[in-house]
Amino acid sequence: MATQHSRSAARLMMAPAVFLLLVWMLVPLSMTLWFSFRRFLPLRGGDQGFVGFENYTRFVSSSSFWPAVQTTLIIVVGILIITVCFGILLSLLLDQPMWGQGIVRILVIAPFFVMPTVSALVWKNMFMDPVNGLLAHLWRFFGADPVVWLSDVPIFSIVMIVSWQWLPFATLILLTAIQSLDSEQLEAAEMDGAPVLKRFWFIILPHLSRAITIVILIQTIFLLSIFAEIFVTTGGAFGTRTLTYLIFQRVLESQNVGLGSAGGVYAIILANIVALFLMRIVGKNLDA
Amino acid sequence: MGRITLEKVSKRFGDVEVIPPLDLEIDEGEFVVFVGPSGCGKSTLLRLIAGLEDVTSGKVVIDGEDATRVPPAKRGLAMVFQSYALYPHMTVRKNIAFPMRMAKIPEDEQKRRIEQAAAALNLTDYLDRRPGQLSGGQRQRVAIGRAIVREPAAFLFDEPLSNLDAALRVGMRLEISELHKRLETTMIYVTHDQVEAMTMADKIVVLRAGHIEQVGSPLELYHNPQNVFVAGFIGSPKMNLIEGEEAAKHNAHTIGIRPEHIDVSRDGGGVWSGRVGVAEHLGSDTFFHIHETGLAETITVRAPGEVQFKHGDQIGLTPRADLVHKFDAEGLRIV
Repeated sequence: MATQHSRSAARLMMAPAVFLLLVWMLVPLSMTLWFSFRRFLPLRGGDQGFVGFENYTRFVSSSSFWPAVQTTLIIVVGILIITVCFGILLSLLLDQPMWGQGIVRILVIAPFFVMPTVSALVWKNMFMDPVNGLLAHLWRFFGADPVVWLSDVPIFSIVMIVSWQWLPFATLILLTAIQSLDSEQLEAAEMDGAPVLKRFWFIILPHLSRAITIVILIQTIFLLSIFAEIFVTTGGAFGTRTLTYLIFQRVLESQNVGLGSAGGVYAIILANIVALFLMRIVGKNLDA
Repeated sequence: MGRITLEKVSKRFGDVEVIPPLDLEIDEGEFVVFVGPSGCGKSTLLRLIAGLEDVTSGKVVIDGEDATRVPPAKRGLAMVFQSYALYPHMTVRKNIAFPMRMAKIPEDEQKRRIEQAAAALNLTDYLDRRPGQLSGGQRQRVAIGRAIVREPAAFLFDEPLSNLDAALRVGMRLEISELHKRLETTMIYVTHDQVEAMTMADKIVVLRAGHIEQVGSPLELYHNPQNVFVAGFIGSPKMNLIEGEEAAKHNAHTIGIRPEHIDVSRDGGGVWSGRVGVAEHLGSDTFFHIHETGLAETITVRAPGEVQFKHGDQIGLTPRADLVHKFDAEGLRIV
């Protein structure tokens, strides 16, 4: 199939797409890099020339940098733990034959189709509102004082909202992985004297390990950049300022493009470190 | 240990009765083969014995105790699956150790049994590999090893050789028979291949649509098939089954004559005569398919050694009268 001719034809055909994607990525990247080395204050004198690494040192030495990194990690890790654990449980449940399986599966996947802004608004106003929220009513029904979710436990609330959105993704990938498990293996384990929990631990979980790593990898990359949920709910208050949100504030609220761009470059480096690290784990898993 | 009795065991999947009530007795140390065409319920029957399926009615008795409601792990049976069902993320050693680990057998005893099984199955050099790095035959042996170390009352084999190539299959067939002779443990073996059944079994159970058609030793089935189905199923090439006028001459609805029980003559003299069609030369034997014999059916004849008939030759056929099997209109043997 792959003759010299077909290969060069393929390259030619792909060239426009590759070119477009490269431009799409390279232009913003180089602009970010460019601005990160300049003092650029749109409302206070505009572009004022190169300042070397000043923006980089200022961004890191700011008192809000490390708390933002910490918040980011707490949120990402929290969501990962919740989505993976519940994803496994849900996929095990959905794998059982039951009446109305198709509809149930679509319902489970549904949250993934809701836009982040919309889901955050729904959660904020319909569930977590301390006066009219469903949860407030529930609390009052049991005679308890309603929790003011977004200011009392803001990080937990955001983790909840985003987990709700990403749980379908984890469930879907883990469900397909469970379905690919040879049922004879489970029967063999049953014959070998492994009760349900041990079958899960020794057969199903190792079988899922690759899917779990993939879920973690993809979710981490997306979760590092969550923004809408924070913007809509707490607006970065109550200690929910993540790295992404800090960059947003530097550029739009402080009107300091240079400083924000430097933060963006840090975020790119961080995401690449995480990706590299996770790729290695996946690579190791794929060898097995 | 290893005496299994089925009493009026039946199995339904919804409205479909896969296995109508049947009785079967499997003696200690016997090598029993369930054989039949695909979909005859032989695998289901095995899974009922294993406990992987619940019986709809009837009793499964193992060593004198009612095991109908006993979970599979507690029945003391070990099963070898068609896909081998090895655990891909464990090494061979861990695969073999798994049932012992579940049974909480002490480490040193585990080690002893693994080494013993590995030596018996030529797996010693592969103990630290994973199933993915093994050939089909080696995986098969690992699956058997995992069964052996449990020291079960009986082994259950579910079409274990069907994923192997032809040469390996013959080899593994011998190894399993050898193993049976050495362990003297009851073995139940499911296959659709009558050659496997004939070569390995002490007792063959021929199944069709969940019914037991006949139970007997391989040669009993070969010499005295109880009905047309068994007659056609056992033996290779297939027995010639002839209906109509020719059968009426023997006062039967159907007569059967095995290809190896027909004498051929070149000059055309004989009970039937016909034209040679395709000839299959195996070296040791030659199979001829004979057309235009005046019978509705094509007759298959087996001639020992190399016989030089050409396509289109006219030859004579003479069935050996004492080896003609007669069946009535219901397909049952006429004695």
